[in-house]
Amino acid sequence: MNDAHTPPPALGMRLAAMGLDAVTLLVLPAALLIVALFVYPFLYGLWLSFHPKDGSTFGNYVKFFSDPFLYGTIGKTLWLALPVTVLNLLLAIPIAFRVRRMRNQRILTTILVLPITLGTVLVAEGMLNYFGPQGWFNRAVMTLGLSSTPLKLVHNYTGVFISLVITGFPFTFLLVLSYLTGIDPVLEQAAATLGAKTAARFRHILLPLLVPGLGVTFCLGFVQAFSVFPSAVLLGAPAGPTRVISIAAYEAAFEHYDYSLASAIAMVMALVLLVIVVAALSVRNLFYRGPASGGKG
Amino acid sequence: MAASLKSFKSLRLEHLGRDFGTLNALKDLTFSIERGEFVALLGPSGCGKSTALNCIAGLLPTTRGSIWLDQTRIDTLGAEDRGFGMVFQNYALFPHMSVRDNIGFGLRMQGVPKIEAGKRIDAAIATVRLQSQIDKLPGQLSGGQQQRVAIARAIVIEPPLVLMDEPLSNLDAKLRLEMRQEIRRIHSGLGSITLYVTHDQDEAMSLADRIVVMRDGEVRQIGTPEDLYLRPATLDVAEFMGFRNRIAGRIIDVTADTVSIDVGGTTIKGQRRAKFNGRDVVAAIRPDDLVAAPSGLAAIVEVCEYRGHSFFGSARGPGGVELFFSSSERLANGDAVTLAADPSRVLVYDGAGA
Amino acid sequence: MQTSRPLTERAWVTLVWVVTGFFIVNLFAMIGTVVTSSFATRWLGTWLPAGWTGKWYLSAWDEFQLDDLLIVTFEVVFAVVALSALLGIPAAYALARREFPGKQIVMLLFLLPLLVPPVTYGIPLATVLYKSGLGGTMAGVIAANLVPAVPFVILVMIPFIEQIDPKIEQAARVFGASTFRLFIHVLLPLLLPGALAALLLVLVRTIAMFELTFLTAGPGSQTLVVALYYAVFAAGVRAVQSIDAMAVVYMLTTLIWLIVALRFVNPTQMVTRAKQQQT
Repeated sequence: MNDAHTPPPALGMRLAAMGLDAVTLLVLPAALLIVALFVYPFLYGLWLSFHPKDGSTFGNYVKFFSDPFLYGTIGKTLWLALPVTVLNLLLAIPIAFRVRRMRNQRILTTILVLPITLGTVLVAEGMLNYFGPQGWFNRAVMTLGLSSTPLKLVHNYTGVFISLVITGFPFTFLLVLSYLTGIDPVLEQAAATLGAKTAARFRHILLPLLVPGLGVTFCLGFVQAFSVFPSAVLLGAPAGPTRVISIAAYEAAFEHYDYSLASAIAMVMALVLLVIVVAALSVRNLFYRGPASGGKG
Repeated sequence: MAASLKSFKSLRLEHLGRDFGTLNALKDLTFSIERGEFVALLGPSGCGKSTALNCIAGLLPTTRGSIWLDQTRIDTLGAEDRGFGMVFQNYALFPHMSVRDNIGFGLRMQGVPKIEAGKRIDAAIATVRLQSQIDKLPGQLSGGQQQRVAIARAIVIEPPLVLMDEPLSNLDAKLRLEMRQEIRRIHSGLGSITLYVTHDQDEAMSLADRIVVMRDGEVRQIGTPEDLYLRPATLDVAEFMGFRNRIAGRIIDVTADTVSIDVGGTTIKGQRRAKFNGRDVVAAIRPDDLVAAPSGLAAIVEVCEYRGHSFFGSARGPGGVELFFSSSERLANGDAVTLAADPSRVLVYDGAGA
Repeated sequence: MQTSRPLTERAWVTLVWVVTGFFIVNLFAMIGTVVTSSFATRWLGTWLPAGWTGKWYLSAWDEFQLDDLLIVTFEVVFAVVALSALLGIPAAYALARREFPGKQIVMLLFLLPLLVPPVTYGIPLATVLYKSGLGGTMAGVIAANLVPAVPFVILVMIPFIEQIDPKIEQAARVFGASTFRLFIHVLLPLLLPGALAALLLVLVRTIAMFELTFLTAGPGSQTLVVALYYAVFAAGVRAVQSIDAMAVVYMLTTLIWLIVALRFVNPTQMVTRAKQQQT
């Protein structure tokens, strides 16, 4: 097409035509930072995990999957994270459905953002006091005659479970609420004019449109619960039923100084997360995934 | 419930009102519509026409008044129990359902047996001419096609009343004209009531048997398109119907069917329509009817544009009033003209001073 | 839709509110316990303490060297905020305004640090930082905290920049503004509201970021939340009230910024970037 005698455009112009100009380069510093501090450590960790102290290639993984004290942490973590994530979703959905019609949503959302902001460590400290044998919660339970002895709510599975609800439920709720308010309210009105009652509108319109969002919410909630760390130590029984996988990784790195094993555990952790997330998202893909509005405009 | 409403005769609104907090969005709406009629609610945005439509649909609770289908009071029913068909401004198609499922949704909710539902869906699809699109999702359709699905979905349940909320406002000009004819054709085939909300007077005039003109939450006039075009009841309505010239003057003479008014020394004659409250009045004239004449309002041309079949211009008249006129020949800026209109085309209303 | 509700629906609604109320009451009671305890002289086996005192704040201040902790915390937090603004906002601008080959991969690169939990990447990151001599130093803590902060700024800013009409910048160019003046007089004022919101959120998140700081901090680079963890972990060594006083100080530093942040953002934005529909 081009006349053979016309010189080709300058390199800068050709790059600019591809979208690579000075403005695009602004992305570089941030990208390099993430490569240096996220991608590289991850790859280094992967490499390190195949170079255990004993010199074999798969030594760490063999060790992990043959020691019940190590591989058992996967089961224990899942046994915490899965029920908590499901419970948080089951609580969040009906409440979000109520709240979306509220005028003063902001008061409630502000209250619920508190535990997320304060973080797991403060929640753990508060729970030790509040749910302890002498705490207000147990006093109230005993005063109301619901139990004659204080309930054991901390330093066990229950304690970690409650803490994951306290920080996880608001997170799940706020996500579900934002997905729900993203569904055009006119769709529900249209369904109503076509004779759909409340239950039918939920089943045929809102739920199918919400499922993709619920899938993402489940994944994010699960990732958080699965990586539970401070509350499992402070509120649980870190040597027993709440010895979660992040405790095992931490101990390997900072108590035994075996960075190779610690990296291997971190990789196992990432792999389990990946499997669950991929499974959840492929279930989600069976459903409709487009925009949740009913037309142009 | 819906089934017993099928053989109704008329829809009646009695003193319907709706407040939003302290705002009177809808003040006192009273009119009735006979079966088979196509009625347009016409008015500028914020006039309460959409509020009225949503109240009738059951999507908004009413603050006052009642709605009747013959002797059955329906404003106490939920939207799902009224059995009306509604076409929404943005169509509100269910994005996760195929065209066929969207159209069949209402029948499914009514528990219509599958075989019968299938036949009725096919008929509705044929009515809106979408046979080749039935398995697509709404997102894969063009705006006009989405519009047809929305209409099919509303009419397939054979509603006594079809409500349409500015259904053409998202379409381009050509498609809008085409869909107008379609909507009119579909209405004629149904034999039910269509209540159509719009802010476009062209659309209302070409579609409706009767037009309800609304403003500030009130009805200003109810009438046939001809009534509104030729005999707007108030100055507001006249302005809305295209009477762009508003010329203030004083009555000097009234006869049986004409009224003469004085505008800065020039006399204009207009139709006598009703009693006047005072002598200060406003004459309303369409630009098409105000033309250059041997005698009339003296004015200086400011703009003159070519409009194909004629020229359209504006000029500065007596007392600085801006006059819009039409002309068969081009006039230059600064030309002096005298403008006049046929007395039968001049409407005279009580003025601000009355 | 809005007519009288059947009994089952009302029972359902009541249940929903009872559950929500139960959650909120316990949440406030839990926070109340910490505050009450921090002012208690002695609190054993009763509803309320035997007496009230402010002395725990003084002892906590000494024992935990709260002044040092606060200084370190704010040095870390402000460094993270400043650096994530410096790196994140230009990157967000580029991603919002340009299409280039490999953009999807770059987006994924910025998404991953927000999806992968900090403990998972924190351990290899800490390993690398310790090997390079940055482990346990303030620089290491800041570097680690940048990993989630920079992507967060980018992902909050992209939709914000996208909704600024590029024609405004073009118009400024047409009127002869140099790049620098364009930035100062046109872009900066337009970006400010979004940047403020994003940076305040980063600030709150960094104060509360436990895992990364915990894994990378040494004795001189601990932030308040990590010190609180150690104090709770070693409970029994010190009076409970003293730890509670420290918890209250931590709570206040977080809440002040949260309140400031909530003036500019919707609470839902703390967890999601999805646009809220105006109702």
